[in-house]
Amino acid sequence: MWARAVWLALRVPLGRRRGFTCQADSQGSGRITADVIEHLERLALVDFGSREAVVRLEKAVAFADRLHAVDTDGVEPMESVLEDRCLYLRSDNIAEGNCAEELLQNSHRVVEEYFVAPPGNISLPQLGEQLPFPTDSSSHSGKGIPHEHVEEQ
Amino acid sequence: MAAPMLRWGCPGTRWALAGIGGGFRHRRGASIGSTPNPTREQSTVAQKPLHTAQKLRKGEHKWAAVVGLEIHAQISSNSKLFSGSQVCFAAPPNSLVSFFDASLPGTLPVLNRRCVEAAVMTGLALNCHINKKSSFDRKHYFYADLPAGYQITQQRLPIAANGSLAYSVCVGKKRGQLVSKRVRIKQIQLEQDSGKSLHDDLRAQTLIDLNRAGVGLLEVVLEPDLSCGEEAAAVVRELQLILQALGTSQANMAEGQLRVDANISVHHPGEPLGIRTEVKNLNSIRFLAKAIDYEIQRQINELETGGKILNETRSFDSKLGCTVPMRDKEGKQDYRFMPEPNLPPLVLYDSTTLPAGVDSQQVINIDQIRDMLPELPSVTREQLVQQYGLLPEHSVTLLNEVGLLEFFQNVIKETRAEPKKVASWVLNTFLGYLKQQNLTVSESPVTPSALAELLDLLERKAISSSVAKQVFQELWRGQGKTAAQIVSEQKLELLQDPAALEQLCLATMEEHPQVVMDVKKGNPRAINKLIGLVRKATLSRADPALIKDILEKRLWL
Repeated sequence: MWARAVWLALRVPLGRRRGFTCQADSQGSGRITADVIEHLERLALVDFGSREAVVRLEKAVAFADRLHAVDTDGVEPMESVLEDRCLYLRSDNIAEGNCAEELLQNSHRVVEEYFVAPPGNISLPQLGEQLPFPTDSSSHSGKGIPHEHVEEQ
Repeated sequence: MAAPMLRWGCPGTRWALAGIGGGFRHRRGASIGSTPNPTREQSTVAQKPLHTAQKLRKGEHKWAAVVGLEIHAQISSNSKLFSGSQVCFAAPPNSLVSFFDASLPGTLPVLNRRCVEAAVMTGLALNCHINKKSSFDRKHYFYADLPAGYQITQQRLPIAANGSLAYSVCVGKKRGQLVSKRVRIKQIQLEQDSGKSLHDDLRAQTLIDLNRAGVGLLEVVLEPDLSCGEEAAAVVRELQLILQALGTSQANMAEGQLRVDANISVHHPGEPLGIRTEVKNLNSIRFLAKAIDYEIQRQINELETGGKILNETRSFDSKLGCTVPMRDKEGKQDYRFMPEPNLPPLVLYDSTTLPAGVDSQQVINIDQIRDMLPELPSVTREQLVQQYGLLPEHSVTLLNEVGLLEFFQNVIKETRAEPKKVASWVLNTFLGYLKQQNLTVSESPVTPSALAELLDLLERKAISSSVAKQVFQELWRGQGKTAAQIVSEQKLELLQDPAALEQLCLATMEEHPQVVMDVKKGNPRAINKLIGLVRKATLSRADPALIKDILEKRLWL
């Protein structure tokens, strides 16, 4: 993570003109800060390991921002090229399943026909911290990835 | 979480970094269509809560609680929402899982027709507007029981919206008055269920069973119109009854077919809404009411002593009877909603828009489904009131207890007694015994026929009402005897012979001359005493009214 530490050090002086961003676009928000990177890494489980990755991201954002040049007033957004296709409706019959053995072969660890997963969610380190090894249940750090589902019996 | 605002793409687009924009968007003066000035955005870094926590003096003003419910009901279908694997409660782990449910690459979702019909039917029963075009979205988050890393749901354009649910609560000191209320339904959407996780803390691992992953759910989102646990319980019970009547879900909370999450906040009336907490892990209606009431009180106590409410998720500990924090929500969860690219929009038709010459299996006609709607609980209750002259409260109880309505109707079929009488016996005596021993109607030792026979005896005046209660108790012991048998064996019949009764009255009068004197003197209570003595002599086998007649005739001769 030394690359990130270096990048952070470069970012610290405030008021510094956006040295490593692309040309400012009409929205004027090409800068991506450390907090945003941390947020993105947590959400998407990607690793912005280097300054180049962040630059690439900023370039991608600026590229997409060029869509603003198009006037879309009163135009319904198109979400999918399938939008005028018919959605096929399947009848409510049982046609699949009963392949536990096959599916369990995909799993690294299996206990009595259950998939085995690590407990809860593994926390990510704060920017600048050491990446910890997979923790055991005794150290549920507060800053884990918020997970949706409840412990069930 | 303090982060500068970053608008990606057009203003008002959904893909803006969600959680961060929350406080900003509600700020007055920020119009939806405007392009925010980046420097201004970055200066309002700290997200202000919607209300500032004031130092509140104890008992300053009244508190009002705001409760919003999110209800997930498992659709009663043979196969899952997007795959052909079976829906079944108890099965060997991972045996009801298809390649799509396990999220193996190369698999695609295929929508189950039955689930759509169930959603439309539920929407119609809840007075919703059915969207002729609805779409599917992906809601992303990471958890081991969600193999794809996202859940297919209908966040933006759900299948039904803007409905209402009527329910009733008992008010008043004696809780005898039934008040009718309505809760608004924001939307009903189709979504996938996740798998089940079994936490093995000892070995620091979680065991995952995907049998439930992909099962169709109906999420019913209610507007925060409720204000206490009792209202929430009534709403959930009514929804349960409706879903069961429609057949769209078995809605059994104990089996996880109906799950309720509550969002609770408190505020002073007239002031902005308070910070809300979410309470999960409620697996019965009783706990739902308890948890909500506890949480409301906890928040009030916290605020009155100068504390703050955290926007967190809490769980209800049924043993302790309190809510405990589950985890921090870290500001708002960012689910990165995006349209499901593998599913075109779902288009529904009605009789006027139905295209001609199309395979009927491939189209869904809303009007056709509306015609198939069965009788809803509210209609059933109304009919009971009309047909049998019952009070509304009684019809509510008859429907609320599982199996009680059927029991009642079976008794009515076999007895000549008046429906009101039957209702009184079923709702007071029968239900009382059930509750006392914590039994369900199906576990009752007394069958409808047995009760019907008992009520016939009563109606014929073959026995008195106090004897009837005695016989009922005997029947409850479940020793296989009928009411008639018990009556004859224990000689409990009413003394019908007027001559014999007169004899007894005369005998009693002779034995108690003092009381007779009191009566003749005009003491009003003395006559009752005399009646009581005669009754004792008859071993409670005479109609007191008859006794009174005979005595009066004799006394004033």
